Amino acid sequence: MTPVHDIYRILPEVILTLTGVVVMLIDATLPPAWPRRSLGWVAAMGTTAALWASLWQLSLPEGAGFFSTVETSAFTVFFHVLICGIVLVALLLSLDTLPENTHHQGEFYALIVFGAVGMCLLTSAVELLVVFIALEISSISTYILAGWRKHTGRGPEAAIKYFLLGSFATAFLLYGIALIFGATGTTQIYQVAALAPAAQNQTLVLAGLALMLVGILFKVSAAPFHVWTPDVYEGAPSPVVALLSTAPKAAAFALLLRVVYEMLPNLRSIWAPLLWIVAVLSMTVGNLAALRQQNVKRMLAYSAIAHAGYLLAAFAGIGEIGIAAAAFYIAAYAAMNVGIFAVITLVAGYDEQLSLIDDYRGLIYRSPMLGSLLIFFLISLIGIPFTGGFFGKFYSFTAAVGGGAIWLAIIGLLNSGLAAAYYLRLALVAAQRPSEDQKIVAPKPAVGAAVIAALFLAAAATLVLGIIPGATLDAAQSAAHTLQAPPQSALPPGPLQFPQ
Amino acid sequence: MTSIDQSILTLILLVPLAGAVLVALLPDRFKLPNWITLTTTLITFLLTLHLPAHFASGQTGFQFEQNVPWIESPAIFYHVGVDGLSLWLVVLVGLLAPIGVVASWNTIQTRRKVFYSLFLVQQTAMVGVFVSLDLMLYYGFWELSLVPMAILIAMYGRKEGPRAALKFFLFTFIPSAPLLVAILWLYAKTHTFNFADLQYQTASGVLPASALFWVALAFLSAFAVKVPIFPLHGWLADTYNEAPVALAMIVAGKLGLYSMFRFHVGLFPAQARAIAPLLIALAVIGVLYGACLALVQRDFWRLMAFAALSHLSLIVLAIYGLTFLGWAGGVYQILSHGVVDGALFLLLGALELRYATSVINSYGGLAAKLPRTTSYFVIAALAMIGLPMLSGFIGEFLILSSTFAGVSRPWAIAAAVAVILGAAYMLWLVQRLFYGPESALATSKPSADLRFGELAILTPLVVLMLVMGLAPNLWLNTIRTGVHPPEDIRSLQIKQNSSAQPAVTATQPTSEAQR
Repeated sequence: MTPVHDIYRILPEVILTLTGVVVMLIDATLPPAWPRRSLGWVAAMGTTAALWASLWQLSLPEGAGFFSTVETSAFTVFFHVLICGIVLVALLLSLDTLPENTHHQGEFYALIVFGAVGMCLLTSAVELLVVFIALEISSISTYILAGWRKHTGRGPEAAIKYFLLGSFATAFLLYGIALIFGATGTTQIYQVAALAPAAQNQTLVLAGLALMLVGILFKVSAAPFHVWTPDVYEGAPSPVVALLSTAPKAAAFALLLRVVYEMLPNLRSIWAPLLWIVAVLSMTVGNLAALRQQNVKRMLAYSAIAHAGYLLAAFAGIGEIGIAAAAFYIAAYAAMNVGIFAVITLVAGYDEQLSLIDDYRGLIYRSPMLGSLLIFFLISLIGIPFTGGFFGKFYSFTAAVGGGAIWLAIIGLLNSGLAAAYYLRLALVAAQRPSEDQKIVAPKPAVGAAVIAALFLAAAATLVLGIIPGATLDAAQSAAHTLQAPPQSALPPGPLQFPQ
Repeated sequence: MTSIDQSILTLILLVPLAGAVLVALLPDRFKLPNWITLTTTLITFLLTLHLPAHFASGQTGFQFEQNVPWIESPAIFYHVGVDGLSLWLVVLVGLLAPIGVVASWNTIQTRRKVFYSLFLVQQTAMVGVFVSLDLMLYYGFWELSLVPMAILIAMYGRKEGPRAALKFFLFTFIPSAPLLVAILWLYAKTHTFNFADLQYQTASGVLPASALFWVALAFLSAFAVKVPIFPLHGWLADTYNEAPVALAMIVAGKLGLYSMFRFHVGLFPAQARAIAPLLIALAVIGVLYGACLALVQRDFWRLMAFAALSHLSLIVLAIYGLTFLGWAGGVYQILSHGVVDGALFLLLGALELRYATSVINSYGGLAAKLPRTTSYFVIAALAMIGLPMLSGFIGEFLILSSTFAGVSRPWAIAAAVAVILGAAYMLWLVQRLFYGPESALATSKPSADLRFGELAILTPLVVLMLVMGLAPNLWLNTIRTGVHPPEDIRSLQIKQNSSAQPAVTATQPTSEAQR
């Protein structure tokens, strides 16, 4: 095997970082009065380049670089492509919807790109400390982005809530890493996997796993670590929520897959029941709370919690089946969720004057395209066949049934029946005739070329995943395969030993 | 087999879909959506006619099959085909679609693009349910069929559209959750979604019987709500009341009943036989209950809803009687009910369009003003009642006589009473709408009788009712090849009796010896 230069292992991250730096530098040199909109295009081009670079990484031999801290494999490429795709859609969406005079527009685009660096790195890190650093990079960018609308009361509230709770959760993760290090004497994930079963102090390993799970489950907004979600989604600008509700979650789920399936697979008897409980809690709590919401963004925040639950059901699947199902679900969820938040951004506008479900009344009469797309994404979120949402649920629950968790599948599918109630309420209100006395706040949302591209990408992805899921499923399966069999070359030669 | 035979079903599925895309893309001018939809549905209807024309009658099993791998893992195939059971149902959907377009020609004035494209998607979904032979594909179309219906009820509902749509959707969506789990469980055990393979596996006794009971129940509950069967009919009246006429007439009952034939009794004969007595009882209750409620309705859409409950329950009685004649009669009754209900919906829709009300008491004495409407309505009503020589008679006769002879006399008598009640509410409706003193409404609005377009579509329907009543063998010959009730209950009873007899004689000596 020819040695691969280390830099190629992190090529997408390098491209993204350079893009972010370039955007910030241009922003600083431009005269203050000039428009910054074109910086968004620079960021979008950089993200596209990073996406291609990730795909190119497939041609590299699988392995880890930088002293076995960063891996490239089908698994990392799958998540890189996914995250870059989401970031691209979010950038295109912001391009047309951020008002011309938004303050620090250049920084906005740069922060999105820097966040993408952290998320990408999170999926490819195989060293727990790099994991921690990557998580921080992505979190700090998203904390700032969440509070972008400073003039509203909810913006700063969302940012502070997200920041405080998020830092707390990251501390849990770090403490977990420390305990794992205490038990095994290493933070390299392959080595932990090899050493953990033989560790003398199993309690330390278990405690480390539990604390890490707390940190990760917070990031994916699974119950009971979900309380921040509705407030943050409500306060953050919609294009940011489109990003926030998908990309960091995808990265965090990638980490969760790595931790449970690759690092501590033989503790399955411990983490599988735990995740079972969290899955059931998340779907039930999320759906029951969503039923009572009047605000569309809060409703979708609770629905995101429920979807984290459906996704966690895939973890009841054994080995590659479970991993592939989870990876597929993340892709399907990301496509439809980005899409629906794109529609909401356009309908509600940057200032979000229309935020209640009743404000969407007659949307299909006001704007047939946005109305139809809203209904289409909602149908996918319900999980109707021939959309990505269906196959996501399908594979997730098939994995659960295959892993023997039939009750989890039944609870999950009954929950999706429950969820249909609130998704459909929004869809039907949008389909209803507008009432006479309805005050028309926003006559017809302006739809630009970039937004059309974003909507098209999201809708096409949702449809393709629902009609021909084969290719994505193959990718998810090869990702699962590489996660299950870590490259031998990454392990240091000679027998592993506990530090004295 | 020519090449067209292989892809004909795919064409029938794709043509409406292509029409839907076309309607969505072209501008809404000069009634363009209406014309495109009408053309599409007529083409589809002609395509469906290809099926009976080239159907090798006298052969059992599936024809016009196409089986292409769709998704590798799990192994889902695009597997379609029809047999005697589904053949005419596909044609029926093809026939009702252009009628639906004509029925909505003047009633749907806003957002025609959305209406007609969803209408066509609905047609694809319904045909898909009838022709799918892969359980996952079937489930896909089954769920898909809910969506356009729910959206259109919300968009064009009379008063409380969204509420009725939500009710309709949740009532039918929630029971399909256990259905999906059951399908996944079957796949986990057998590694196939193929209908024929699954049928073989469930019959072979490989699968644990206790689990199969629950699986069969999950299938049944999803279908029972969709039909609906007596205690699960909560959504029906609201849906009939709110849904656009075109959709109400194509959606009623057919999907659920067909699924019971094919996927409940067909896949789980033993479980179906075990639960049949319960369903027979519920069906007869449904027949009576629907007829009684239809008698007291003030609104003719609600009256039609409960009349449908009554008629559909009669078909459920036929299915779970598990007799050959009953099954043939059941399928025939689905066809007849589709045609007759379609005609009645069209006529009532025409009345509502002219007088803008569906309250029965506002009408009266229309016969003098609208002679053509009246005569067509009377013929359709008589067909619905089951007058001999009209289509409704054949199905009802086969069902009732087979129930009487093969299943249970008391239940058959009870069901027959309900059929008489059916005559009562239909004739009373005719009397209240068209005869008696002329109402204020009829005098206040000078309304035209049926127009050319309406006549052009109603006349073939009425002729069809007559032909179906006079020459049922045109249909029954092919239907017979497709119905395979697991085993006549009567022959089963005979077998039980004959096996029970030796046991009794064997015990007699011992009991005598004990004395």
